[in-house]
Amino acid sequence: MSAIEILGLAKNYTVGFWRKRQKCALRPLHLSVEEGEIFGFLGPNGAGKTTTLKLLMGLVFPSEGSARILGMEINDPRMKAQIGFLPEQPYFYDYLTANELLEYYAQLSGVDARERGRKVSEVLARVGLEDVRRTQLRKFSKGMLQRVGIAQAILHDPKVLFFDEPMSGLDPIGRREVRDLMEELKRQGKTVFFSTHILSDAESLCDRVAIIHLGELRGVGAVADLTSSVEGKVEIIWHASSVPASLKALTSDCRFTADTVRAVVREANQDAAIDALRREGIRIVSITPLRTSLEEYFVRKLKPSQTAAGVRS
Amino acid sequence: MNSRIVYIASNTFREAIRDHVLYNLIAFALLMSGAAILVGQISLGIERLVVVNLGLAAVSLFGVVIAIFIGIGLVSKEIEKRTLYTVLSRPVERWQFIVGKFLGLAGTLVVNTAFMAVGVFAALLYVTRAFERTDVWILVALYLIILQFLMITAIALLFSSFSTPLLSAVFAFSLFVVGSFAEDLRGFAAMARGISRWLAIGVAYLVPNFSSLNVITSVAHQQPVTGQFILSDSLYALVYTAMTLCGAVLIFEHRNLK
Repeated sequence: MSAIEILGLAKNYTVGFWRKRQKCALRPLHLSVEEGEIFGFLGPNGAGKTTTLKLLMGLVFPSEGSARILGMEINDPRMKAQIGFLPEQPYFYDYLTANELLEYYAQLSGVDARERGRKVSEVLARVGLEDVRRTQLRKFSKGMLQRVGIAQAILHDPKVLFFDEPMSGLDPIGRREVRDLMEELKRQGKTVFFSTHILSDAESLCDRVAIIHLGELRGVGAVADLTSSVEGKVEIIWHASSVPASLKALTSDCRFTADTVRAVVREANQDAAIDALRREGIRIVSITPLRTSLEEYFVRKLKPSQTAAGVRS
Repeated sequence: MNSRIVYIASNTFREAIRDHVLYNLIAFALLMSGAAILVGQISLGIERLVVVNLGLAAVSLFGVVIAIFIGIGLVSKEIEKRTLYTVLSRPVERWQFIVGKFLGLAGTLVVNTAFMAVGVFAALLYVTRAFERTDVWILVALYLIILQFLMITAIALLFSSFSTPLLSAVFAFSLFVVGSFAEDLRGFAAMARGISRWLAIGVAYLVPNFSSLNVITSVAHQQPVTGQFILSDSLYALVYTAMTLCGAVLIFEHRNLK
């Protein structure tokens, strides 16, 4: 069974005061996420990732379409007891301590009163906030608040987790810990749906990804499948001070460092390039396949002008 | 009662307490102490009248200010700070959130009023040296003041469910002022003619009738308040509060939390 089924979910907002007009935040989106998957929802800033998550959480209402999570409608309270949500740049009641906040969320999630204390302690230990459990959240750093956000999302042992930019605000160690946590959740059979514009995170974690841009789904599939559609390249390095004329037609990307030349050629031209170098009696130092990254696929799917601001790897 | 409503109400109460709302009691205590000492010296024979009038008016004013200035942020602040996202993504219905918030602030106001009531009686005892039987009507006046707080809290919450805190404050305070003259408005409606008559009647019955719930002057003059009056005003305040809350729920149920 699919953990998440999105059936033509779309969102238009009315903007303007006098001259009202419709602004499309999300075009009809069809997507399915299987149970136990880590699913990455990728796109530059303003692509529609957060709108999609808000629609799934029932925070905004769809203009058309519907969605089901664990086979239940998105406004079904029984379903909400089985999901966890981390909003982007979370902000919590800062007059509460971390312990009080999690107790409150445990109450709202319907966690049994006898188990609340234990669950709160466990989850605080899991995100490394045991020592500051009695500190008011107003004294927390951005990274610590992100950890509290993760703690409240996993507190009630939900089956499906939605993380909106979970690595945001975290230092490299924190990012690593979140990646480890997501992998651990997957091992426990949980489904994780997370949005990000940090492609390396998606590449290292996700079973499948979807790419969204300007509110429109541009591609969806396993990372390996998506990247295989991008033509591979190899880097050839040899000792010389110039490029043979026969090779110049095969590459436009040559760099010189001291007595070494580095040229990038398409996989299809690899043999021809090697033959050209051998004919000239040049000794080849190395031939390295260049890994096709999700970033390349991502950049190809989006217009260059619109990726510059939003994409980091 | 629904347990999630109780949890939200408790958290709202805790928020108000930690936001130092009860600090107003210090100002109130200073006011009552000063009034009691001054009244004893300058108002011979009418100490009781002055202390009761001043005390109950201060209770009402302090409570209305708290109800409006906390009430207007009950929903809008949660949206602005996005604390609502992690609440509504749990098995919490939107109406439960609104009702919980209302009860939390109402509870805060009741506790605050209870402390202030102690202050009023203490000041009264200081200037009169002994309580009289008619002083029990002060409790009735306090009860009716609490009913006003419930209405104004619901009104602030209604505006908070669709407007900014600043506009909500302006709307709620304006409605409180107009509502305080609701009886005069009804009198004007009775005298008016033609379309202005119907317009005035409509407005007079739509705005909350706070003037009817204000018995401070009669109580200060030791005049009794009838049981029928208390009953009808209680019914009116509770129905008005419930309908205002329903309006807030209806708006909030359809609001996109952008």
